[in-house]
Amino acid sequence: MNKDDALEVTSLKAYYLMNFFGITREVRAVDDITMSVRRNEIYGIAGESSSGKTTFIKVLAAAMRPPLQIVSGKVEYRFGGRTISPQSMRDDDLAELHWKHLSYIMQGSMSVLNPVRRIQQSFVDFAKRPLGLGGKAFQDRIEEHLVDLQLSPKVLRAYPHELSGGMRQRVTIGLATVCQPEFIIADEPTTALDVVVQKDVLSLLRTVQRRMGSSIVLVTHDMSVHANMADRIGIMYAGRLVEEGPTRTLFTVPKHPYTAHLVASLPRIGDTARRPALEGRPPSLADPPSGCRFHPRCPLAIDKCKTDVPPLVTVGEGHRSACWRAADVKPLMASAANPVTA
Amino acid sequence: MFSVLRDLIRYNIEFAIGLAMTCFIIAFAALSFFSPVDPTLVYTAIPDRPPSWQHWFGTNSRGQELFWLLTFAFRNTLTFGITVAVLSRIISIVVGLAAGYIGGWVDRVLMFFNDIFVAIPIFPILILFYFVLRSDLNSFTLALIMACFGWPFDARLIRSVALGLRHREFTRQALFAGMSPLKVMFQEHLPYVMPIIFATAMANMIWSIGLEVTLAVLGFTNLSIPTVGTTLYWANNHSAMIVGVWWWILIPVALIIVMFVGLFLLAVSLNEYIDPRSRLRRMGA
Amino acid sequence: MTDLLHVDHVSKRYAQGGVLSRDHVDAVIDADFSLNRKAPEIFTIIGESGSGKTTLARMILGLETPTSGRILFEGAPVPTTGTGRQRRAFMAKVQPVFQNPFEAFNPLKRVDRYLSSTARSFLGLTKPSDIDAAMDAALHKVGLTLAEVGGRYPHELSGGQLQRAAIARALVCNPSLLIADEPVSMVDASLRMSIVNLLKALRDDAGVTVIYITHDLATAYYISDRILIMQKGRVVETGPARVVLDAPLHPYARLLKASVLSTADAGAGRLEPSSALIAECDGLLQRADGSRLVAQADGRQVRVYG
Repeated sequence: MNKDDALEVTSLKAYYLMNFFGITREVRAVDDITMSVRRNEIYGIAGESSSGKTTFIKVLAAAMRPPLQIVSGKVEYRFGGRTISPQSMRDDDLAELHWKHLSYIMQGSMSVLNPVRRIQQSFVDFAKRPLGLGGKAFQDRIEEHLVDLQLSPKVLRAYPHELSGGMRQRVTIGLATVCQPEFIIADEPTTALDVVVQKDVLSLLRTVQRRMGSSIVLVTHDMSVHANMADRIGIMYAGRLVEEGPTRTLFTVPKHPYTAHLVASLPRIGDTARRPALEGRPPSLADPPSGCRFHPRCPLAIDKCKTDVPPLVTVGEGHRSACWRAADVKPLMASAANPVTA
Repeated sequence: MFSVLRDLIRYNIEFAIGLAMTCFIIAFAALSFFSPVDPTLVYTAIPDRPPSWQHWFGTNSRGQELFWLLTFAFRNTLTFGITVAVLSRIISIVVGLAAGYIGGWVDRVLMFFNDIFVAIPIFPILILFYFVLRSDLNSFTLALIMACFGWPFDARLIRSVALGLRHREFTRQALFAGMSPLKVMFQEHLPYVMPIIFATAMANMIWSIGLEVTLAVLGFTNLSIPTVGTTLYWANNHSAMIVGVWWWILIPVALIIVMFVGLFLLAVSLNEYIDPRSRLRRMGA
Repeated sequence: MTDLLHVDHVSKRYAQGGVLSRDHVDAVIDADFSLNRKAPEIFTIIGESGSGKTTLARMILGLETPTSGRILFEGAPVPTTGTGRQRRAFMAKVQPVFQNPFEAFNPLKRVDRYLSSTARSFLGLTKPSDIDAAMDAALHKVGLTLAEVGGRYPHELSGGQLQRAAIARALVCNPSLLIADEPVSMVDASLRMSIVNLLKALRDDAGVTVIYITHDLATAYYISDRILIMQKGRVVETGPARVVLDAPLHPYARLLKASVLSTADAGAGRLEPSSALIAECDGLLQRADGSRLVAQADGRQVRVYG
């Protein structure tokens, strides 16, 4: 973590605090996360349902609403020399921040694009104020941007439903990048897309990122997307960051049993060896297990794991893991006949 | 059941107040079973006496004691309202679920009739019935007629919920699990429709009682049966406000307001409680 | 009759438009394959959105009628909608598993409700103890127990457990054919393989034939015996799974394989889209009307144009 990082998250805790008919529930969706994202890098966040990743990006995007609130910790962005902390900003300042410096690519393109307005109108709605250009200058800028994304400017006159899913997602990426923000949050950008279109859209996203030099936080549960897109990956489980490191390292020498299982359970074409499956189910964030939250499903669990929360410690070059037995973790599919032993 | 009631009373202030008000009115109406006077008789007491310890609500110009008269009036009115609500709920559920779930020509035919009933103006028809039936128009007949008019709007609401449910995956799953369409409609889909039924039942009661009062005040119902409407009719007839017998009008109106507000609060709070989305949230989903 | 299922040159056309302008969409064009009764297998249908795979599944289940061609199950045409005796007999032998495990059960009702209903309707059981035994047996096949699932609401179970419960529900009446439409796409990655392994076990141990519909080539490679690839309603390549996926012949099949994101070279990020293949496939689509399937030496059929 150094002064040059685009995003710095320190000991962040964000919970949902709810009260219904006398029953109080505290859902610990983000429970003490410390990480940072460098400039010009794609940081992948991998996690399944109830891992807390959706809540985490809501906090990052400063899009929190009650009953979600930050209980402790902070989130800091560094843009153009200044340090910005979204949660302490007023709404007008946030509006200035959004889209110009920080933008968001959402999961369903149809939920971003207003179905009864043409694409041109969506651009005006989102980008006109942040860009601060008028009339012809604005029009030229968005057309130029669309051409960069391999879209014809004719797309501007169409309605969203007239475009294919892939084109719509490219328009969504265009909307998010037209103001050249320093930081982009991409939430499952290709989940609903066909496999051919997905590759195309991801390739485009990466080209745009490299060209602008911005940082992207890419959130998806699909590990194969991370394998091909992310420079570094952070694995979230039950509200905590359990492992973080360069992509290649995590896939070849994971140091957390959960990561090892995630990586090993992906089937590959050309390989019919039996893939291991994890027992149990992801824990409820309202009532998580004590100690290390993965211990009920972990093949390496020892008594210490049930009582003490393992801290996220450095286990290699830029590689952190939160496991008491990180040194004992071996890749599961390197030798299928040699499963990880307790 | 009781824990549910207790939770609602403790945490939902609207429910508590609504329940209190409605129970008060029901208790008041139930007192009619213990009445020492026959409400159809007139000049049994000294007329035009203001409220006092002897006559709690005073007496009216027809020489009837207002307290016991009103207990009967509210009993009849409440029974009438509940009858209309129940009958029209049954019709609207059957029509709404069938039209929404079965679709096709069944839907078209049912909605055709639905729209006809929506378009027919109720008030002239009710007056017509009065002129045809005259003194044969007792409470139950009137309730029957109004039930036949009270279902169309709600049937459409229920139909739209049923239409949405038809395409959900668990409906297909239920069919492959061997459930007949009838079972699917009444066991799988009905819980989703309950909030509408409750809310509209209360609205329906308020509507039917209001209509009955209007008819009675204008003199278009059987005036010898004591209901809230006929009480107000007679009060009007004897120019109660001008003569100074204010308790004849004010007390029934005050009680009616308590009843309507109580029913409304109950409907609103129960609705929030029964709604599938809030139920799911409470279950912990 | 050795055929469990015979899809005989089936097409489905949907009409669109009003009175004056009729347009149509060909969802499925001339699909043809059969499944053998004696040898249980996992038959995979691969396609993207708009390929017609879901329409084909719906026709096999009897939820839609083919516009031309016919579908025969155990020699007799598939009975469509209605609750007659024929339809019930059919439903006892052919059961579906759908994509979304969270929607498969009514959120307001308990999960075991559908299992007991299946037991009662198709096995004819009436005594509660018999019904419980049948439910427990089916749940055991998927690695769950009645104690675990009984009395629970859907939100109390995870996506993986719900999908397994849905499979158990389909298995209660001991069907011979299971149609699984994207059964793992909405299940978490860590739970996905347990369900895919389960489908394999159903074929090997319980002798159930599974039609596995998916867009995921990797899981298809892992468990399928035969594979059918569809593009815009037409079958483009079909044959033994490993043969087809190791070295696909048809350009669209090659495009699908090339677009799969592999984890083999993690971190290197090879993302160049195969533009040449994409252009070739678009070109072939224009000429699709005159094409036909031609059998090859290694047991597969490939669509040939010209």
